[in-house]
Amino acid sequence: MKVSAIITLKKDVLDPQGKIIHQTLDGMGFKDINEVRQGKYFEIDVKENDPTKAKSIVEDMCKKLLTNLVIENYKIIETQ
Amino acid sequence: MKSSVITFPGSNCDRDMNVALNKFGFKNKMVWHDDKELPKSDLVVLPGGFSYGDYLRCGSMASKSKIMQSVINFAKSGGLVMGICNGFQILVETGLVPGVLLRNKYLEFICKNVFVKIDNRDNAYFKNLDKNVLEFHIAHNEGNYFCTKDQLKEIEDNNQVAIYYCDIKGQTEDKYNPNGSTNNIAGIFNKEKNVLGMMPHPERMIDKSLSGEDGSIFFKNLLNNIK
Repeated sequence: MKVSAIITLKKDVLDPQGKIIHQTLDGMGFKDINEVRQGKYFEIDVKENDPTKAKSIVEDMCKKLLTNLVIENYKIIETQ
Repeated sequence: MKSSVITFPGSNCDRDMNVALNKFGFKNKMVWHDDKELPKSDLVVLPGGFSYGDYLRCGSMASKSKIMQSVINFAKSGGLVMGICNGFQILVETGLVPGVLLRNKYLEFICKNVFVKIDNRDNAYFKNLDKNVLEFHIAHNEGNYFCTKDQLKEIEDNNQVAIYYCDIKGQTEDKYNPNGSTNNIAGIFNKEKNVLGMMPHPERMIDKSLSGEDGSIFFKNLLNNIK
């Protein structure tokens, strides 16, 4: 089954890319923005049909490779 | 003295480091990332470059290479491991040194000479060095050193900062910080000071025909310290 993981930067971490995207959007006329934070999205097709097991496999991947827990958080979403 | 330089797919300062180490008297071996065994070494170097194309996070894939388990074991048993630039990024991803390296503050790739201040001589890398400030070269996109407040306190309490960005006189003001690094930190040790990660490239400063010779001072001193 497919499991997704969303990786976001922690609150206190500077996100220069998000800042520039914010500035560019602002320049295009999108004036109603408080802040833009850029993150990552992974869609992983796991050879496992049990949703709990599949999510726990992806969570292990997040902890060991996909996320650097010093600066990032992860959220796991079941997509299929 | 024997050294090993690890080559990852995308490393591009590995041969420069090989030239530098051999020039100052190390017997250096090049080691492929897919090897499991580390040759007998007094020093292991993780070189600069763009391992795995900087995919995911700089250094993250390389930190999981087969050879890295041997490098981690070597470091944990007290062996000297030095990571330069991308090698520093690999080291933080292994957790051997604390913190992370973020995108440079102003989103520019920075390629220039900088001055670094050496504060801590209680280690094999800078012991007996008679200069307080060295001129090294930096070339990176992700050199913005970041750590949590708790980590920073621990780092400072344990004297783990190796070098700071500064001016020629050793002043570490914010205006001499090229990339936004926390407290101008350019290089850092593990608690035991046998593992050193730094963004500047000493191997690029080993010949008059290059942009300076302060790297020569660093390597000669390092060899003398571990002889």
